[in-house]
This record gives sequence, structure tokens and C-alpha cells, in this order.
Amino acid sequence: MKSIIFQTASKYLLPLLLLFSVFILLRGHYLPGGGFVGGLMAAMAFILHSFAFGLKETKSIVKMDPRHLMPIGLTLAIVAGLSPWFVGLPFMTGIWYDEPLKLIGMVGSSLFFDIGVYLVVIGTTLTIIFSITETI
Amino acid sequence: MIFAVISGFISAAILPIFSRFNKNLVPKLYPFIPLGIFIYLASYLHKVNTEGAQFWSYTWIPSFGINLDFRLDGLSLLFGLLITGIGTLVFFYTSYYLKEDKYLDRFYGYLTMFMAAMLGLVISDNLIVLFIFWELTSISSFFLIGYKNDDPSSRKSALTALGVTGFGGLILLAGLIWIGFLGGDFSFTELLNSSEIIKNHESYTWIIILVFIGAFTKSAQFPFHFWLPGAMKAPTPVSTYLHSATMVKAGIYLLARFTPLLGGTDSWNWTLMIVGGITMLYAAIHSLFRTDLKSILAYSTISALGILVFLLGVGTEDALLAAGIFILTHALYKATLFLITGIIDHETGTREVTSLGGLQRVMKPVAVAGYLAALSSAGVPLFLGFISKEIMYEASFHYGKWAILLTAALVITKIILFVAGFWVGVKPFTGSLPDEHQSAKMPSPLLWIPPVLLASLCLLFGVFPGILDRFMQAVFTSILPGAPEIHLAIWHGFNWVLVLSIVTLILGTALYLGLKPSQILREKVKAFDRVAPIQLIENIALGFQKFAEKWTGFFQNGYLRNYVITILLFLTVLAGYRIYDGVDVHLDWSQISEITPSEFLVVVLMVTSIFFAMITKTRTGVIVALGIIGLANCLFFLYYSAPDLAMTQFSIDTLTVLLFMLVLFQLPKNRSFSTNKIRIRDGLLSLMFGSMIAILALEVFEAPSYTEVSDYYAENAYLLAKGKNVVNVILVDFRGIDTLVETIVLVIAAIGVFSLLNLKLNPNKKT
Repeated sequence: MKSIIFQTASKYLLPLLLLFSVFILLRGHYLPGGGFVGGLMAAMAFILHSFAFGLKETKSIVKMDPRHLMPIGLTLAIVAGLSPWFVGLPFMTGIWYDEPLKLIGMVGSSLFFDIGVYLVVIGTTLTIIFSITETI
Repeated sequence: MIFAVISGFISAAILPIFSRFNKNLVPKLYPFIPLGIFIYLASYLHKVNTEGAQFWSYTWIPSFGINLDFRLDGLSLLFGLLITGIGTLVFFYTSYYLKEDKYLDRFYGYLTMFMAAMLGLVISDNLIVLFIFWELTSISSFFLIGYKNDDPSSRKSALTALGVTGFGGLILLAGLIWIGFLGGDFSFTELLNSSEIIKNHESYTWIIILVFIGAFTKSAQFPFHFWLPGAMKAPTPVSTYLHSATMVKAGIYLLARFTPLLGGTDSWNWTLMIVGGITMLYAAIHSLFRTDLKSILAYSTISALGILVFLLGVGTEDALLAAGIFILTHALYKATLFLITGIIDHETGTREVTSLGGLQRVMKPVAVAGYLAALSSAGVPLFLGFISKEIMYEASFHYGKWAILLTAALVITKIILFVAGFWVGVKPFTGSLPDEHQSAKMPSPLLWIPPVLLASLCLLFGVFPGILDRFMQAVFTSILPGAPEIHLAIWHGFNWVLVLSIVTLILGTALYLGLKPSQILREKVKAFDRVAPIQLIENIALGFQKFAEKWTGFFQNGYLRNYVITILLFLTVLAGYRIYDGVDVHLDWSQISEITPSEFLVVVLMVTSIFFAMITKTRTGVIVALGIIGLANCLFFLYYSAPDLAMTQFSIDTLTVLLFMLVLFQLPKNRSFSTNKIRIRDGLLSLMFGSMIAILALEVFEAPSYTEVSDYYAENAYLLAKGKNVVNVILVDFRGIDTLVETIVLVIAAIGVFSLLNLKLNPNKKT
């Protein structure tokens, strides 16, 4: 689908959508959003780009094999789940910093858990779509 | 104590790293692990003999009553010493026996893991912990039996062994949990107090059936015995270690351990007596028809295990004492016989008893070990075997009404085992040395010292049985609490039992001289193979396989449309039956909110798209129409205040459309469309399914709704989890484990898609 309009649009949409997906991820705890939706949006940003420019081009931008995102995300989620052990609490207990951070707000173990989910979702979606695209 | 148990697992775990660093050091260092534990355990001998059982406890999962409780009493110590003692010898023996093997380090890893699991099994005092170690022995023995992994028959034997023992293990788990619930505790020592409660409970029969299946599969009792001869595919050190002295005795250990808890009832005793009796006779007779040294040993081992089960079944004081002593006796002589079989195999390259002879000229110490072990196995006076045999006969001889039958069975078994022992321990060494084995040499001391050591113990304990007195007393007491005092002696006086002993020896000698092992005998009994348990069970397994093939072929026919039809039809029939049974559905208009114009518009949009999807002739048209339906659905979520759901569904729908486009875009144009007949069929099915869902939805409204859970989440989302978006808080906090597992599922799905698409079964064929 080589269309100038589509290509130009997706070039600018990619960073915007990515930023938006992070925004969705972070606001999830108070307002609609979260890691899962955020991850899907980020994945869609890349897929849109790959539609416009082809898979090779997108892969050269990402630089990283999306497959690697899955173990990274899983590790992050599991470590976040395990982290309460260090302070003597059961698995998956939410632990929080007392003071909110600037821009991000309250930071706790469930934020990292959600980021882990975010990464896994991106990795999974891109792996599936990219491998389908490649085999066709 | 916990260190003694887990040191084996730790050293098995670090072995891959260690062997990369220095591979040759592994066989030199690892034998010292069992040796160290052996010395450690032996240091408790005095304490256990004088003070009774020793206890250790480490908290593990206290909320389920599962703790790493260890108990070292006479029985555990006997097994512990056998495991580590014979283990030490086998470890040293292996370092030479498999010297040239390229996976020797791996072998030590499995062996160490097995030893640790076995040790944990015999000293754990908690039923669940016991089960965990029990399964670990099955798993590690799977690796050991299948060690020669390029040999298909070896892999098959490993699978059979794992299948049988693993199956038994699961059944055992059910029994253990049942016992735990009835007795109110998983700790064995605590359970002993509630022995009467369990024995008098109505489910007692079920419990002992479950425990029996566990023990019989592990200890190769009839009809589960067939995995053991197959397991002889393993290298000889493994057979020595697992299949004579340790693993197969785990079932015996379990039965002996549970005797004070569950035993003493008629059903317990008679089952054990019958199963043990059949096994010992059946396997003993089988061993006469074998010519492979290891096969002979395998069947004689099964027979010996049968004797042990039988003795535990007889259950009198004498019988339990005999069982305790026979465990030790059998381990000593059978391990010796296995080790010398390994040496013979190693030096001559054959295990065919018919072609062996005269080896004593080239390997005197090995021959001596063989003679000693065979004599102990035969129960010749001055050997440990004699003492255990005397007490055995004593036990069966005084069993009242059935004494003659039981004693006869025991005597016949013993006579045949006499012959089997001589075939392995004496026959290869006597007579003339065949020409093809002239080149056989004296093996390395690492090979012949272990069997000689074990064989001399048979003689030492036989001549001075007094040194075993106190230890055997401790073993006896742990099988039979409050056991009378014992004194082992060589001479029991002249009585009927002695006469039986002499008869055994005379008939055994006669049979040995009269019956030569030969292939012809084997051929003659081939006809009965068809009804042997192994054949029956293999047929059952094959039947399963055929059934699964038919089943899969029918349902998994590869046409997506057929899958959809199957699923919809099944659901419709299932739920339709439920509705047919009678449901009370009525619409309460007052409860239904008013329809707004925008909602109406969305419905119109959906219906239009559905019809468009039905009549359009291009694929793109269908995809777009379906996409519109999905998105319109999202709007509904939005109207009914589920923004999170709407957002997610929106993204998913978009992705689905993209995926469809990606795949279907590449396909050629539709050639033919469904015929009208098929369309009508599909339409009817959809209508049925749709109306069924509608009725179900209405029925759900009828049911009273409980809001406690959602109220709890709504109230506590901010208080406990500091979040204002309840949906997200549920996802990442309240039900975080669900999410975690779901992400793992996602990853598995992605890996599945990736590997399926990149799978190249035929490397020459381009996809």
C-alpha cells in the first residue's frame, strides 16, 4: 500500500500513538486505560507503520526483535509480583512509595506489573502479526 | 539433616556448570557425596538403636500442614544406609564402568538426583513430602533407564517405567490425601495416634486399595511387574542401584512404613499375601526361562519383592522380622550379583549365560564375590541368607490353618531363586573357559572391589549375626511398635524349619544340576506371552491410541467451517436440552431502560452490516462489514458505562480487521459460493444459536444477582490498592495472579503461532 498520504500520516502517527499508549498505560490506575489496552495501541502503531512502509522498514526502526519483549515483560511482571517478598509480604501484595512522583504520580509494584503486561502484549501482538506477514 | 537431603539435589544442579569447568573431575569427586552422607547417617546408628527415632522439622507450607519433617528410625536408617552405602559403591564402580562414555557427567547428575530423592523418600515424616520425593525417584529413574537415548527400545522402557510408576504415584497421592484428611494431619508420627479411626472408617478399603496400587506399581508386583525387566535396558550400575537395592524397594518401604498405621486387618493381610504370593511364584518360574543374566536377575528381583510383600502380608511377629532382615539380605546379595554381571558384560561383551563359563581363571576375586552372593541367595548356613530364610519359614510354618500352603509356596520360590542365584553367581565362573572369551582380563579394582565388599558383608553378618541384633531390633520396632526383643543366631535348634531349609538346599542343588539354562526353554513358553500382563496392557494402550486417532480424525478435520458448526451445534443442543427441561423466561418491560435514538441507530447499523456481509461477493466487503459490527458493539459498551471494556474491544476489533486484511488480501478471488442448501442450513443454525443465546441472557436476568464481590472491589479499590479505576485495580492487584497467568498464556500463544509458521518439516521444500 504505497500511498503518499498514508505514508506521511503514519510517519507522524507512530510517535504520537506510542506516546498515547504510554499515557493510556500510566493513567490506568485512576481512569480508563491500563497495560493491556496500552500495549495493543502501541502494537497497532507499529502495524500501521508496517502497512505503510513494509515490514523491513518497520523492523529497522524497532531495532529489537519483538519476541524479546515477551520474556522481558514477563520477567518484569513476575519480579513486580515477587517484590513484596523482600519486605516480608505475600506474593502479589501491592507495595507503594509514600510520595507521588512528578508527572507519573504514585509509584507502586502494580505499576511495574502493568508495564510488564504492556510489554508482553506488544511482544505477543507484533510477533504474531509479523510472522504472519513474513510467511505470506 | 536437611543438608544431607538437598546436598544431592544441589550437586546435581550445579553439575552442568561444574562439568564445563572440568569434566574429568566429576567421576572422581561425586562418589564422595553418597559416602559423606553414609558416614553422617551411620553416626546416628547408636542414637537410633538406643534412643529410638530422631526428628527434624523445617517449616515449608504450614498453612497446608506440609512441612519438611524428617524422621530417622530403624527402618529409615536401614534404607538410608543401603541407599548411600550401595550408592557409594555404585558411584565408584560407574567411574570405571562408563569411563569412555561421553555423557558420563550427565549420568552422575541423574544418579545424584536419584539418590537424594530416594533418601528424602525414606526419611520424610510428612505424607505430602513423601509423595514429592516418591515422584522425584520416578522422574530421575526415567532419565537413568533411558540413558542410552539413541536406542529406541531403551526409550520405550523408560517411558513404560515412568508410565507405570507415575500412574501409581498419582493413585498413591489420592490415598495419602485421604489418609491425611481422615487423620487430620499429614505428619506420619501424628497419624499413628489416629490409626484406629482410619481403620474403622468406611472408606478404609478405598484407602488401602489406593496405597496398594502405588506400592505395587513401584515395587513391580503382579500385574504391574512388567516394567522392571524392560528397565534392564539401563546401564548395569543403574540396574544395580535402582532395580535391586533402592527404588523398587520404595513400595516395600511404603508398605512396611504403613503397617503400624493401616495394617493388621484382614483385607490388608490377605491382599498382600495373595499379590505377594502370586508375584513371587510367577516371577521365580519366569526367571528359569531366561538366559540373559540381567533378565534372570530382573525376574528373581521381582520374585524377592514378592516375598517381601508376602511377608508383610503374613504380618506375624516372625514375618515382619523376616521382612526387615530380608530387605538387607536381598540388597546385599542382589547388588553383588548385578555388579558382577556388569563386570562379565564389560569384560566379555555378552550376558548370555549359555555361552559363559570358566571365568574364575581370569577374574578370581569377582568369582569369589559371585560364589558368596549365590550362597547367600541360596540360604546356605553361615550366610545372612540362611538366617533370613529360617525366620521366613518359621513365620509361614506357624500361620495356623493355611500354614502348609504358604510354606509350600515359599519353599518352591526359594528353590527356584536358589537356581537363579547360582546361574548368575556360579555358572559363569565354573566349567571350562570358552574360546571366544580367552581374551577376557582381570578388571580394574574399581570394578571388583565393590562386589567383593558387599559379598563379604553377606558372610560377615551370616557368621556373626549378633552384631545386627540391636539395629534389627530398631528396624523391627519401627514396623511393629512394641516388638519383642530379638536375638539373631545361626543355630535355631533341630526342628521342622531346619528340615525345610535342608530340603530347599537339596532340591535347589538338584534342580541346578539337572536344568541347564537354554533358549529352547524360552521358546517353549513363548505361546503364553499373548496373555502376559505386558501384552494385555500394551493392547489397551494401543486401543487408546487407535481410539484417539479416530476421534481426532473425526473432529479435527481441518475445515474451519466444520469446527464452527460443531461448536455451535454442540452448544445449541446442550443448552437447548436445558431449555427444553423448562425455563421461566418472561420480559419485565418496567426493568428495561428506554431505548435512546443513538442506540437505535447503532442497532440499525449492525443489522444492515449483517445483511451486507451475507450478500456481498468480495472478501474485503465481508471483513469491513464484520468490523463495523464489532465496532458498533463497542459503542454499546460505551453507552453502558464500561469505557475500559469498550477501549480494549475497540483495539482488538481493529487488530482483527487488520489481521484479516493481511491474510485474506493475498488470497485469490472467490471462485464458488456456497450453494443455497448450505446457506439455508447455516442460516438455520445461526438462528437457533442466536435465539438460544437470547433466551439464556433473559434467564440470567431472572436469576437474583449478588453484588457483594463487586461492592467489595468498588469499596476497597482505593483504600487497599490506591487506585480509582476499579477495573484496572482488579486486573493488576486484586486478581493480579490471573492476569499474570493470562499474560503467560498470551506468550505461549505467540510462541505457538511463531513456531507453527516458521516450522519447516521438509527443509528441501520451500513454503
